[in-house]
Amino acid sequence: MSRTALGFILLIIAGVVAPWLNIYPTFLMKGWCFALFACAFNLLLGYTGLLSFGHAAFFGAASYITGHALKVWGLPPEIGLLAGTVFAGVLGYLFGSLAIRRAGIYFAMITLALAQMLYFVWLQMKFTGGEDGLQGVPRGMMFGVIDLTNNVNLYYVVFAIFLFGFFMIYRTIHSPFGQVLKSIRENEPRSISLGYDVAKYKLLAFVISATLSGLAGATKTVVFQLASLTDAHWHMSGEVVLMTLLGGMGTVFGPVVGAFVIVTLQNELADKVGSWVQVIMGFIFVICVLAFRRGIVGELMALFRNLYQRPVGLSARQADVKDTKA
Amino acid sequence: MKHKLMFALVSAALMSLPAGVALAQQKKADAKPAAVKLSDGMVKIGILTDLSGTYSDLAGSGSVLAAKMAIEDFQAQEKDRAFKIELVTADHQNKGDVASNRAREWFERDQVDMIGDLVTTSTALAVMPVAKQMNRITIVSGAASTPITGKNCTDLNVHYVYDTYALAVGTGKAVVKQGGDTWFFLTADYAFGHALEKDTTEVVIANGGKVLGSVRHPFPGTDFSSFLLKAQASGAKVIGLANAGADTQNAIKQAAEFGITPKQSLAGLLMFISDIHSLGLKATQGMYLTEGFYWDFNDETRAWSKRFFEKHKRMPTMVQAGVYSSTLHYLKAVKAAGTDEAKAVMKKMKETPVNDFFAKNAKIRDDGRLVHDFYLLQVKKPQESKSPWDYYHVRQVIKAEDAVMPGAKTECPLLKM
Repeated sequence: MSRTALGFILLIIAGVVAPWLNIYPTFLMKGWCFALFACAFNLLLGYTGLLSFGHAAFFGAASYITGHALKVWGLPPEIGLLAGTVFAGVLGYLFGSLAIRRAGIYFAMITLALAQMLYFVWLQMKFTGGEDGLQGVPRGMMFGVIDLTNNVNLYYVVFAIFLFGFFMIYRTIHSPFGQVLKSIRENEPRSISLGYDVAKYKLLAFVISATLSGLAGATKTVVFQLASLTDAHWHMSGEVVLMTLLGGMGTVFGPVVGAFVIVTLQNELADKVGSWVQVIMGFIFVICVLAFRRGIVGELMALFRNLYQRPVGLSARQADVKDTKA
Repeated sequence: MKHKLMFALVSAALMSLPAGVALAQQKKADAKPAAVKLSDGMVKIGILTDLSGTYSDLAGSGSVLAAKMAIEDFQAQEKDRAFKIELVTADHQNKGDVASNRAREWFERDQVDMIGDLVTTSTALAVMPVAKQMNRITIVSGAASTPITGKNCTDLNVHYVYDTYALAVGTGKAVVKQGGDTWFFLTADYAFGHALEKDTTEVVIANGGKVLGSVRHPFPGTDFSSFLLKAQASGAKVIGLANAGADTQNAIKQAAEFGITPKQSLAGLLMFISDIHSLGLKATQGMYLTEGFYWDFNDETRAWSKRFFEKHKRMPTMVQAGVYSSTLHYLKAVKAAGTDEAKAVMKKMKETPVNDFFAKNAKIRDDGRLVHDFYLLQVKKPQESKSPWDYYHVRQVIKAEDAVMPGAKTECPLLKM
């Protein structure tokens, strides 16, 4: 049994058992939503090497669309979730086709600029409620049978959505398509010279990432019955970068760990230190970048390798590539 | 070895004896006031406020203190007839999602019975439906928007202190009457700013004034120079500030720097005594504003405010005074209803008029609005202020029925029934 399979099994067991361990379910649901968001982001940053600084746009857009669909149009939750997700995907296509024309810092700036534009659209539009946001979104009945007002039901639906998104990302990474993405990350000119239409690959990766970010945002709306500007603000874009880096960029499970660490910190510290949470987050970010650049999961994996395999003459990065192929 | 064990056992038994006695005594004490039936043996009050951001001065730790004072006063009045009351607080960072998250946790996990303060509209609107769903009470003191008792109203919510309508009507009408009959608006470009501008415009026109124009600034804004120059060029006598918090403060500071004031006067449509305190009288002198409470109004308000000042080192804002008054009103209603079940308590709260230093004979309407008097205030000149926090001339007491949006005008379905 490979280590990844073991990781999957542990993850599923943890997810199924967690609500029975006297952990507050809404907190767990928030964690899964952000874990999915971070995993989707990781597909782009960790596996394609594109740093998008506007991913909150997809997260926020989907949460508004889903909120509106459920509250005003009165659609059932599965259709509402789908509407938000599809909208985020379309948005991802539009943003992506513009942004991938540039690389590096320019790519990051274009995504940030587009996301900020969208932020002000949400601020101005009538249906979003501007500063006040969209409240009292009904949870409804999933597929007409699952009553989502029950927290336990909702928890397992959210966990299932997370697993679905997570598995999609896993499959993407480990497909031939994913191999091409990794080759783009490692050496773009060489991928071009091998005959790959790099722009198309990048765009598709961008759209998948945006769509799944949208799914995370839409799910969050159903959980909290609320869509607000926080979801679309650039702080959110920064937060997802932090989650991914802290957990381990370019690892399958890293973003999940990173998301839970950040969400837990926010939850536990909010009462004790107030706005100092931001400062503490920044501090953690600095430590992470200076001291353990591979992130929590990345460092752990490196540690295991050193203990058991000790690959001779392989740098950590090459070892990573080798590992994800396995 | 055996001796040691025996010794440990015996001493443990001896030590637990007094504890057991104490427990028994406590049980006796608990059993006595059986008059009030409580869901989990106590009333839990949550104060959800801004403890670190822009609004921490006008609500924040002062609101927490006010709630604490209300609980202490209630227990002192009732003596041994009082029930157990616990206060929990949290910082919502002015974010709707943080507020709704925390409220949900309080209701589901911690059995909180009532949430108070809720400064900023987004947090109030986010918590109200959660409370309604879980059958708990919200008392909004800090937030200002009219939808709280309008289209978003719930039957388990009270909007205790003020709303933008009351402030717009108070200031707008009074300023026109004082001769400020041409207006220009500086409006924050989002729903809240637009609503404030619209409400005030209606009042100005209805009282024979004229609106020469308006300019919209991005929210949040820092540089108001071009907008202020437009306002200056309009030649209007009054510049209405349809914005809030840091935007208002920046606009006032910059208007003073540009020499716009005191030639043209400013009218703050959403301002608090804490804003005046931090801006200083020099920058704000002569401004008109409306508040629902002023500490230096009469002996009663002064007496309470002095107590508050001793602990907080700042005079109370209307929000903080409102938190005290509403918390006490709530506790009395729990006592009168004999239960902490939300609907029964709310019924009592609406039946009983509020009669304290904050409001006289004020009743809570079916949409949740507390109908009470407002004050039209003018900021003193620096030389007129005799002591710290002596900031206002009370120009007029606006009668409750004039200040509060008439029931026929609100969109709340609860009033239409």
